[in-house]
Parts: sequence; C-alpha cells; structure tokens
Amino acid sequence: MLDADFFRRWMTATATAVDREAERLTALDSPIGDADHGSNLQRGFTAVTAALEKEAPATPGAILTLAGRQLISTVGGASGPLYGTLLRRTGKTLGDAGEVSEEQLTQALRAGVDAVMALGGAAPGDKTMIDALVPAVDALGDGFAAARAAAEEGALATTPLQARKGRASYLGERSIGHQDPGATSSALLIAGLAEANGE
Amino acid sequence: MSDEAVGDKAVRDEGKGERLVGLVLVSHSAQVAASVAELAQGLAGGGTAVPVAPAGGTEGGGLGTSAELIAAAAASVDRGAGVAVLTDLGSAVLTVKALLAEGDELPAGTRLVDAPFVEGAVAAVVTASTGADLAAVEAAAAEAYAYRKV
Repeated sequence: MLDADFFRRWMTATATAVDREAERLTALDSPIGDADHGSNLQRGFTAVTAALEKEAPATPGAILTLAGRQLISTVGGASGPLYGTLLRRTGKTLGDAGEVSEEQLTQALRAGVDAVMALGGAAPGDKTMIDALVPAVDALGDGFAAARAAAEEGALATTPLQARKGRASYLGERSIGHQDPGATSSALLIAGLAEANGE
Repeated sequence: MSDEAVGDKAVRDEGKGERLVGLVLVSHSAQVAASVAELAQGLAGGGTAVPVAPAGGTEGGGLGTSAELIAAAAASVDRGAGVAVLTDLGSAVLTVKALLAEGDELPAGTRLVDAPFVEGAVAAVVTASTGADLAAVEAAAAEAYAYRKV
C-alpha cells in the first residue's frame, strides 16, 4: 500500500528532478516553444514543496490536490493548468483514503490523464505530454520502473512527430525533429514515482 | 456544470436590466488586456456602467497567465448577474478552464466565452450595457466570429 509519505516523496523527487533538468527543459522549449518550460515548472514545483511543508496534508488525495492547486496558480504557462489538472483529478479520484493500492493509483492517474486530454484537447501522437503519460499509465501494472521506462520512451518518440497542439503546432513541419518539452517533463514526473518507491 | 446551472438561475432571478453582466479580459500581455478593455468601453459609448476588468500577464508583469489575477478580476466585476471571461490563447484558455473546474475559484455564474478577443469584447460590453443577461452577452460575443472582413 502507498501512504501519504510515498506521495510526499513523489512530489519532492519530481521537484528535485525539475530543478536539475530546468535548463534542459527550457532549451527543448526554445526551438518550438517560448523557452520558459523549465523555469515555469521550477517555480511551480518549488511552490508545491513549500505548500506541502506548510500545510502538511495527511492523505494521498489531499497531497495531490494541494500540489495541483499550487501548479495552476504559480506556473504562468499552459503547463500549469495541465499538470495542475492532472494532479488534482488524480488526487480527487483517490478520495480521502489514508493509504491506496498501486491499482487504485493507476486508475486515478488514468482519470487524471483523461482530464488533461479533455482540457487541452490533445490525443496520443499530437507531440504533447500525453505521449509520455498514456504509455506510462498503460505500463503501471508492471510496476513503477516499467512506467518510468515507458514514459521516457514515449518522450523520445515525440521527436519525429509534427506538433498538433499548442504553440508548437503553428510551426507545422518545422516542429519535426525536436523532442517535446512537455513529454520530457512528464517523464520526470513518472520517474519521481519510481524514485519515491526506492527504485 | 452545476456551477453553470446555479449561475443561470441567479441570472434569471435577478431580472433583466437590474444588474449588469461583468466582463474579464485575459491576455498573455497586461498591456493587451488593459487596452482591449479601454477600447471596448470606449466603443460602447462614454459612461457605460459595464464592469470590465483586465487580467493580463503574470503577477510579476511578464508575459503569461496568472490564476490569481484572473480570480481577482472576476471577483471585482461580479454584480450577481454572471461574469463573461474572454481570453486570447493557450494558457489563458487552459487556466480559465482549470479554474472553472475547481468550482470555487471564480464567482458563481462565471463562464468562459468562446469568442474573438477584440471583436468579442466590444460586442460583449455593448450587449451587457443594455442590461442583457449572461447568455445574451455570450451569444453576442460568439457571433463576432461570423463577422467577415473581406
């Protein structure tokens, strides 16, 4: 079973990874975006860890709901409402249980990813965060390490795709050949799950 | 969805013309949001009482979208007849949608209006100044999509 500490570790591990990779995320966002993805997410996850420390929510659902709220209000770019919705919907689906099973987390994350697709209108293959998140959730049944590998593979596989959502879609064919920054940061979020589990 | 239902009821209960629909203009740029607000109020005729608030850029003054500025703007124009929110693109649209999904971040009867930013804002302010309800303001703003220039 996964307790509140697991979810706190997940958010902390993600914040650390975003901090470490911020420059790379922004560099990926330069040719096909507006070069702010790393700094935006860094600001968001710094606010997440600060809020978790201050308010100390006691359940997995409350931790993710608070984290999502922080991302929506602090990021300042499209990744804020998208990641915020992912975590909030996942958190709300988990309810107020003190511990959840890996199966429950998988189902809740799937609901979260569905909410992101509904919000942004993106489908798999559009060169977005969905291209890392969907394969990750599909692989979660085989464990956190499998989900991490699937997310990383999904992010790499966005390179040859033409963007069909967001600012990069205005570039048309010129978006081909660049790895998607959102899929890359999504892989960091999923890697945080494996790290929180000691993998 | 339930919030929209509550908003509709609130608008009907107020009766036409007693309270004006408020308008929030969300842009990545503070200057764009403020200028479009000024333009729409100016074209609507001097002295219009329609409450219009810009929510442009980030809190730090940069380009982007601020959930806090949007929430504050919506609260400031809420007269109980509903609030129409017009946005430019990308994170402005997504942030308003995410705030609406939260349920308690924006006043009851707040609606994201699918309309061109400048033309929609002008249509919304003119319509709201007649005391029209939120649905009529929304329809007028959306109708601006049909205005062809050539």
